Amino acid sequence: MAKLPKDLLGLRELNAEQIQLILDTATACKDIFSRDLKKVPTLRGKTVVTLFFEPSTRTRTSFEIAGKWMSADLVNLTVSSSSVAKGESFVDTARTLEAMGVDLIIIRHSLGGTPRLLADSVAAHVINAGDGAHEHPTQGLLDLYSIREKKGRIAGLNVVIVGDILHSRVAKSNIYGLTKLGAKVTVVAPPTLIPKGIGEFGVTIETDLDKALRDADVVNILRIQLERQTKAYFPTLREYSKLFGVNLSRLRQARPDLLVMHPGPANLGVEISEEVSVHDQSVITEQVTNGVAVRMALLYLLTGGGNKDEILH
Amino acid sequence: MLKIKAQVMDEENIRRALYRLSHEITERNKGTDDLILVGIRTRGVPLANRLAEFIREHEGVSLPVGMLDITFYRDDLSLISSQPVLHRTEIPVKINNKKIILIDDVLFTGRTVRAALDALMDLGRASCIQLGVLIDRGHRELPIRADYVGKNVPTSTREVVHVKLKESDGEDCVVISENDAPPDESL
Repeated sequence: MAKLPKDLLGLRELNAEQIQLILDTATACKDIFSRDLKKVPTLRGKTVVTLFFEPSTRTRTSFEIAGKWMSADLVNLTVSSSSVAKGESFVDTARTLEAMGVDLIIIRHSLGGTPRLLADSVAAHVINAGDGAHEHPTQGLLDLYSIREKKGRIAGLNVVIVGDILHSRVAKSNIYGLTKLGAKVTVVAPPTLIPKGIGEFGVTIETDLDKALRDADVVNILRIQLERQTKAYFPTLREYSKLFGVNLSRLRQARPDLLVMHPGPANLGVEISEEVSVHDQSVITEQVTNGVAVRMALLYLLTGGGNKDEILH
Repeated sequence: MLKIKAQVMDEENIRRALYRLSHEITERNKGTDDLILVGIRTRGVPLANRLAEFIREHEGVSLPVGMLDITFYRDDLSLISSQPVLHRTEIPVKINNKKIILIDDVLFTGRTVRAALDALMDLGRASCIQLGVLIDRGHRELPIRADYVGKNVPTSTREVVHVKLKESDGEDCVVISENDAPPDESL
């Protein structure tokens, strides 16, 4: 049976069987949404800390709801008011948390590799909630879950990822997960936003969105990270929108069952038009819901360790 | 190392026991009004389906059958090495004000049933919950007893009771195996 490693640092280091286990577990977790009483006692007595060095609304809230529904004790560490602001080292902060009996730490950091440093420093489980431009595995998993839920499978699907591939940790996690589960991935972006060597990960590179969308089953639209556009990667937002924005006329040219996804928050009118964001084919809101289910699954799978395998009656 | 010691039920014994249980359930509940059969995954589910089929034969009523996964409610997660796989709980009707007949293959420590009761309580307020098992092997650790028992099988703690069903194991029988290793006191 598949078993997860101690930490979830990225989808690059998981195999297809482990990814399927997470998605299957999330399916059972999602049933809790439809209940009147959204709480199970599974993680009673476990302590989970969210350690966010970058702002986040949906990822942190999603983890928080997931943990609370599974009865874990949750602590949010706001970095600006912690001793990190006094100059305490990152590893010292982690060890302090561990000395307080923390079972799992969820970390977001602007530097790629920070979750790995943390995981190597503490015995507690670590989940990467986004590190620099490296990976965002929980977003990747919820995207995989959403595709599988709507399309019934992932293998053999044509998935287009359009936007700022260079800076996007979401794109990287998506590429690792989708290719491992047998999807055909095409990345579409201005050449300046395509990282060198991306072709080695088994993806097709395309600069013509209309051409890429022709045979697509899924389009995952990335946010143009305005905060990271200090260099001029493309001339103007207007031009980007015209060439790479997904709007109604492009949607009409594509297959009628094209699934439209966006990890949010979206720059409406830039990478996606408002009409497309609320279109019947868009699953943007469901992605948020599925994010809670996937995170519940991960909390369950990572913290449920021990030494017996059989249910005793 | 497990060594098979005895077969305590064969296919016909299981069929007769379930047939008797199906009559006991309808007799005690004075018919089939508001009854729901809920099998505890995994082997409680085919047993619940078979009971529903017997009840349909003699009462002419098809009872709803649900599947209950109790993994979320287990009290021994920290004792488990590879995580138990979560399955879906699927109960086709709302359980409020219904009489639930909870079905499992073996009643042993009672911890599975306790978890199942917790899970059912979270799904709604049933008017009552009754318990039916194919085998009661004793060694209870909690104050739980079954309302309907297919067969009482006195066992030692070194022994393991295996219920095999056609739906999951390809054959119907109940065997007792003995563990050569010393008993695990942690559970």
